[in-house]
Amino acid sequence: MRGWFLPLAVLFGFIFLYAPIVSLVVFSFNESRLVTVWGGFSTRWYGELLRDRQILSSAWVSLQVAFWSANLAVIVGTLGAFVLTRFGKFFGRLLLTGMITAPLVMPEVITGLSLLLLFVSMELTLGWPAGRGLTTIIIAHTTFCAAFVAVIAQSRLRSMDESLEEAARDLGAGPVRVFFDVTLPVIAPALVAGWLLAFTLSLDDLVIASFVSGPGASTLPMVIFSKVRLGVSPDVNALATIIIGFVLVAVIIAGWLMRRAAKRDIG
Amino acid sequence: MDGRVIAAESKPWQNPSAQPFISLRGVTKRFGNFTAVSEVDLDIYRSELFCLLGESGCGKSTLLRMLAGFELPTTGSIRIDGEDMARVPPDRRPTNMMFQSYALFPHMTVEKNVAYGLLREGLKKSQAYERARDMLRMVKLEKLARRKPDQLSGGQRQRVALARSLVKHPKLLLLDEPLGALDKKLREETQFELIKIQETLGVTFIVVTHDQDEAMTLATRIGVMKDGVIEQIGEPREIYETPRSRFVADFIGTVNLFGGKVDVAAPDMMRLDLHELGPVLVPPQTGLTHGQTIWGAVRPERFSLSRARPENTQNAWEGVVEEMGYIGHMSQYRIRLANGVLIRVSQSNRLRDEDPISWDENVWVSFNPAAFRVLTE
Amino acid sequence: MNWRRALVIGIPMVWLGVFFLAPFFVLGRISLAEAIIARPPFTPLFERAPDGTLEIIASLENYRFLIEDALYRNAYLSSIRVALVSTIFALLIGYPIAYYIARAPEPKRSILLLMVILPFWTSFLLRVYAWMGFLRSNGVINNALISLGIIDAPLRMMQTDFAVYIGIVYTYLPFMILPLYANLTKLDGALLEAASDLGASPMVTFFTITLPLSLPGIVAGSMLVFIPAIGEYVIPALLGGPDTLMIGRVLWDEFFSSRDWPVASAVAIVMLFLVVAPIMWLQSIQNRREID
Ligand SMILES: Nc1ncnc2c1ncn2[C@@H]1O[C@H](COP(=O)(O)OP(=O)(O)OP(=O)(O)O)[C@@H](O)[C@H]1O
Ligand SMILES: [Mg+2]
Repeated sequence: MRGWFLPLAVLFGFIFLYAPIVSLVVFSFNESRLVTVWGGFSTRWYGELLRDRQILSSAWVSLQVAFWSANLAVIVGTLGAFVLTRFGKFFGRLLLTGMITAPLVMPEVITGLSLLLLFVSMELTLGWPAGRGLTTIIIAHTTFCAAFVAVIAQSRLRSMDESLEEAARDLGAGPVRVFFDVTLPVIAPALVAGWLLAFTLSLDDLVIASFVSGPGASTLPMVIFSKVRLGVSPDVNALATIIIGFVLVAVIIAGWLMRRAAKRDIG
Repeated sequence: MDGRVIAAESKPWQNPSAQPFISLRGVTKRFGNFTAVSEVDLDIYRSELFCLLGESGCGKSTLLRMLAGFELPTTGSIRIDGEDMARVPPDRRPTNMMFQSYALFPHMTVEKNVAYGLLREGLKKSQAYERARDMLRMVKLEKLARRKPDQLSGGQRQRVALARSLVKHPKLLLLDEPLGALDKKLREETQFELIKIQETLGVTFIVVTHDQDEAMTLATRIGVMKDGVIEQIGEPREIYETPRSRFVADFIGTVNLFGGKVDVAAPDMMRLDLHELGPVLVPPQTGLTHGQTIWGAVRPERFSLSRARPENTQNAWEGVVEEMGYIGHMSQYRIRLANGVLIRVSQSNRLRDEDPISWDENVWVSFNPAAFRVLTE
Repeated sequence: MNWRRALVIGIPMVWLGVFFLAPFFVLGRISLAEAIIARPPFTPLFERAPDGTLEIIASLENYRFLIEDALYRNAYLSSIRVALVSTIFALLIGYPIAYYIARAPEPKRSILLLMVILPFWTSFLLRVYAWMGFLRSNGVINNALISLGIIDAPLRMMQTDFAVYIGIVYTYLPFMILPLYANLTKLDGALLEAASDLGASPMVTFFTITLPLSLPGIVAGSMLVFIPAIGEYVIPALLGGPDTLMIGRVLWDEFFSSRDWPVASAVAIVMLFLVVAPIMWLQSIQNRREID
């Protein structure tokens, strides 16, 4: 692993990772409808994208779903992790351990199908949820995202010095106070990371949403999928470019914030 | 408020009618089938500074954590100031603890850390911060009040932890190896400060430590633990001079231990037959019978060395200086007796001009019979 | 147990119990039903017989169908094959990258690491879509090769197993690199120096020291690629050909195209036992070994 081989392999790896993305961006400014044949510079596909009601409304649906799923997933996942790391033995501990980690290895098609069947059966017997849409997608996403949040929160809770919590108890704080005064602030960075991960996973999901959504509640991936299934389409390139732009801006802002925080700590 | 002086001088533990402040009765803690603390009975009096000593893993922290309320005894009862603690959670106990790891809240400033306990008492913010600042002044940290714990040195962190545990004026302060992370000089300074704080505030302290010198310096009384059992409780001098068992004698300081039997146990005289030293005359002692197996303990500084045979005692043996070490105010010797037994002796170097005993010299080792401690366990 | 404790345990317990565990019972029960044209499109579990008694209607018909039809068996096998091949390629591409990043000096290391994670934050679907533009017969690769005169006629790359491998490796490469990187940064440089001091060439050092010590990272990374790959639907649907059989795709088509919910459920149940159970078993073994 020395000399020319390693850098070459790494270079090849990064070209493999980035070439498709770069070409996606380049061809989004292509005049021609034949996505991969250059026909001159143009921004017409961005215009078409912004006039596409279906894309815009599904993007709005996706953002709502991702926002609420991430919030709920952080609550369910954090509570689950907290119970497993701090409550010692209790009835059903093994069951909870299994239920909180299994979604990580569960194929999406199974999760999606089984949840849909649950919703259908519940509607038949309980009358709720009436039909499927935003609510059912949020429930489904919360369930599988909670597992990811729980993994992150659990590892942070394990590495956290438990005597911090004992010290707060010792100084007169009740268990609920301790959780909000000490535990939560200490694990907050992990929860932010968990929230972001849940948000991204939810925005990204096609399979589960396809199963559990109903008419009128198409998420952005569902709309994109139905478009690209028929072949490449230049306005999808434009959309991809916008998303990549968003991610880049977010990364740059996050990097800037972190650097500023680091500087303030030193100063 | 003249706590320590009173406790140290009135010695309430010698007074059978004194009311203990803390009393443990038959306290046992099991983790699964492992017994970490076993049948501990312990009384501690108001404004004592009680030190718990013992090897690693003997259950000191567990005992402390039961007092603080983080662990519940498997059996037995704990009373603090007359109140049974069985159903009192840690946040309602009149105790505060200084943690071995300090456990400073990383997301709060020094000032907030110290004020935290006061705010939980329902004190107004302004008052709480006022008192926190007073406390920080006392530990000389008022300039660092706005810093976060990770911007402090080890010694500063330790003082914040001390301030935080003191600020509520707890009736009982529990310190788990409070000075473990400090260098020798800072340690001694802080020991001094602890005693000062204890004198001014009159708090009752229980201090866990590994360091017997620390215990000797700080404590009104010491409890020596072994495998979850308290082997002996006593004043530092008592523990040192009259250890009750071989373990205590060996654990506290250096000691020469001899095994043997009681030969003559008369009211006016007692003779022991020791494997290592042969016949030894000691002052009579009650409760010993002829033929009983005993151990003898003599501290190294209780031996005397001389070039000529001492005249006024029969307890003298001849040997050769095999090794010696000079450590400032004392010299330590290892004397090999004629029968091969090795004896550790230390002598203070008071006389400068005297020609000190040195390597390979033939010497006589002797002791005053009063310095000989007979142990039966 | 006081009520607050019960509440804190109860929230995650009930949520996951209802929305994660219960669905599997429903799945199992519908896999025993029969498809009908109705809403919902399956027979109920109980039916009132003409004489007024309740009858349970359940049959293993769907499972027999799965066993007899070679399509399903092939789909299971080929899912495992595709996932395995992709995992090996991801390892071969990911290992040098992880190794290089782990050895890189600081600002470079963080930047490279960020570059590995960055694609993950963009849409998964769009990254697969990007390969459609690359691999098409008049896509970027073919156009480049033809204009360079290397080939005359476009290569057929889309709708092949090859495209599916590329899609999976591309999508899950960060999941291979990150655990490997985490493992390799922990590798003590002194070990490598000790090995070369004892006369091992760099090559020998790599195969006798680095590789064995990074085994846990290799296992973790491979799991993170293999597990999602095996149930993958989107990648074979977009990049694969009609003959690219994968079990996730079969289940999807059974459900959305044939609208046969009971058979889809049976496929899911079999998948659960054939694929998910062994993985969970392996993981629990690995966990136990880590604890020891
Ligand atoms: N939660 C626990 N579960 C099981 N065993 C425990 C637990 N806490 C302590 N122990 C065991 O109880 C014994 C006493 O532990 P403790 O922490 O009281 O020792 P210690 O005297 O404070 O030691 P040290 O001086 O090393 O701090 C040890 O053998 C320890 O392994
Ligand atoms: Mg301890």
